[in-house]
Amino acid sequence: MAITAFLTDSTLCIGCKACEVACKEWNNVGEDGLEWSGFSYDNTGAVGASTWRHVKFVEQTPEPGFGGNAPELNSWSFSSDVCKHCENAGCLEACPTGAIVRTEFGGVFIQPDICNGCGYCVVSCPFGVVERNPDDGRAFKCTFCYDRQKVGLKPACAKACPTESIKFGEIEQLRGEAEKRVASLVGRGMKDVQFYDASDSSVGGTHAMFIVRGDPRSYNLPPKPQVPTVYMKKAWRSSALGALLLLGGTIAAFLADGNRNGR
Amino acid sequence: MSEPNLAPRIPDALSERRLIELRREAETKGTINTKGVRPGGAPFPMASPETGYYGIPLLKEPAWTWEIPLYFFVGGAAGAAAVVGAIADYTGADRKLVRDARWIAAAGSVLSPALLIADLGRPSRFLKMLRVFKPQSPMSVGAWTLVGFSAGASATAFAQFLGDRYGSSFPVRVMERAGQAASLAFGLPFSNYTGVLIGATAIPAWNANAGDLPMHFGMSGLSAAVGMLELMGNRRSRALEMLGIGAALFECWEGLRIETRRQSGLDPLKYGPSGTLTRAGGVLSGPVPAALRLISLFTGARNSSSLRKTAAASAIAGSLLTRIAWIYAGHVSARDWRIPLGISSQT
Repeated sequence: MAITAFLTDSTLCIGCKACEVACKEWNNVGEDGLEWSGFSYDNTGAVGASTWRHVKFVEQTPEPGFGGNAPELNSWSFSSDVCKHCENAGCLEACPTGAIVRTEFGGVFIQPDICNGCGYCVVSCPFGVVERNPDDGRAFKCTFCYDRQKVGLKPACAKACPTESIKFGEIEQLRGEAEKRVASLVGRGMKDVQFYDASDSSVGGTHAMFIVRGDPRSYNLPPKPQVPTVYMKKAWRSSALGALLLLGGTIAAFLADGNRNGR
Repeated sequence: MSEPNLAPRIPDALSERRLIELRREAETKGTINTKGVRPGGAPFPMASPETGYYGIPLLKEPAWTWEIPLYFFVGGAAGAAAVVGAIADYTGADRKLVRDARWIAAAGSVLSPALLIADLGRPSRFLKMLRVFKPQSPMSVGAWTLVGFSAGASATAFAQFLGDRYGSSFPVRVMERAGQAASLAFGLPFSNYTGVLIGATAIPAWNANAGDLPMHFGMSGLSAAVGMLELMGNRRSRALEMLGIGAALFECWEGLRIETRRQSGLDPLKYGPSGTLTRAGGVLSGPVPAALRLISLFTGARNSSSLRKTAAASAIAGSLLTRIAWIYAGHVSARDWRIPLGISSQT
């Protein structure tokens, strides 16, 4: 089975939100309120329980000489965000029920019939992707269209994307494509293009990779995401110490107590 | 909303001055700062490496409801009470103390799953926790610890009840011994695993304290357990007094550590409403009971009992407030997009 990935190229995205709609239609995810945010054309804000694909509208300070922008106009880029499907997935490690699994395609999938809504994956995701559905309590996120991939189809968002900003394919092949694409864009004068896949962090790379213009932080992409398991050793050591202290302290206190009666 | 005035209005000096004022403001500032003309967030915000994506939180806030901090408190106190009860029994302490500790542990062992089920929504969801055992998931380890603890603590208390009511017999003694051993073994991790649970997460205020939270929560639990035992009348016990002093001093040190560490991820523990709550919890858990207990110890005063009662109540309230404050701080921390983006916040 091929290990697959998304490569989302923000330099090709036209902000049409076809991916958001395709995702909602295929996966039958409900609408989540229509409110004006005031943040460019983005009225959704972030991926969540009812938004598995989310187009970011990133207005940044002008980058003169690029794309025909007048020097005083903001540069405007779009980027379709999605669950990163981490190599070391915090949600998967944290899930106490085994509901979150790694599929044969390398994606991270929440089995809805097993999820018990404990909410631990929500606080374990370094990208803030997983969210508890307030109506039924279970956690939801992008399934990587596991159902479609199983029958050999592209995920709905990638299929609906009109500009191939969302590419889907075998992960190594996409990495190669990304490298070529970045080199070509830089060669054409787009010096601020960056490739993002968090492979230099404890997350160990993602199955949703991005090509973005400018600093990834402007896209809410954390520069050093940490899978929470890295804190585990420290925490359990403190737990063991705490247990020892409690046990030792209690034994000492009761042995030192001269007023013991009984035996 | 007032009805629009449809009658023709006669212009006067005041109305004309206001119009000129508006024109001047628009000319000089480029925007009009009046109710109704500014869309949320205008002038239009920009994304940047310094402001992130419009300052929209990167992380999701904890989804837990009010049951969870209460569970942290109940579980911590019950776990520590089981340990105190078992050791008291093994060292031959006062029977009333042993019995009271067992009741606290048993009450906690019933209340804890109830609180978790209330948070999950229905009982069958709790059973899903027991499908697998995942050592790498603190939630899974905790669920199994809770089950072991609940079984042990409730068996001990049941045996206690049977023994008190119908007299001791061999099977009752076996149940009591085995239950007590189990509640001791599981009580130790149960008293502090919740610190691991929130420490090993993506929430900055929590994971910055991953190495201290479990001990902190464990000592807070002990403080609460000792307080409950004292309120139940065990105010003559020297051992409880020592444990109370030890736990309160540890909490003083913990408070000092939080206050003195300089790290932007810790801001929710120091500033704003969550900081106030953390401080309130800290003062009630640390300095207040420590001072009262030390006064009671050194003066040997006649009112030692009332001093210890006050210290006990303060410690219990402090322990509960501390858990609420940590969860609250986690919410505030998750909303701060700057920490996960590696942008230091100015405070």
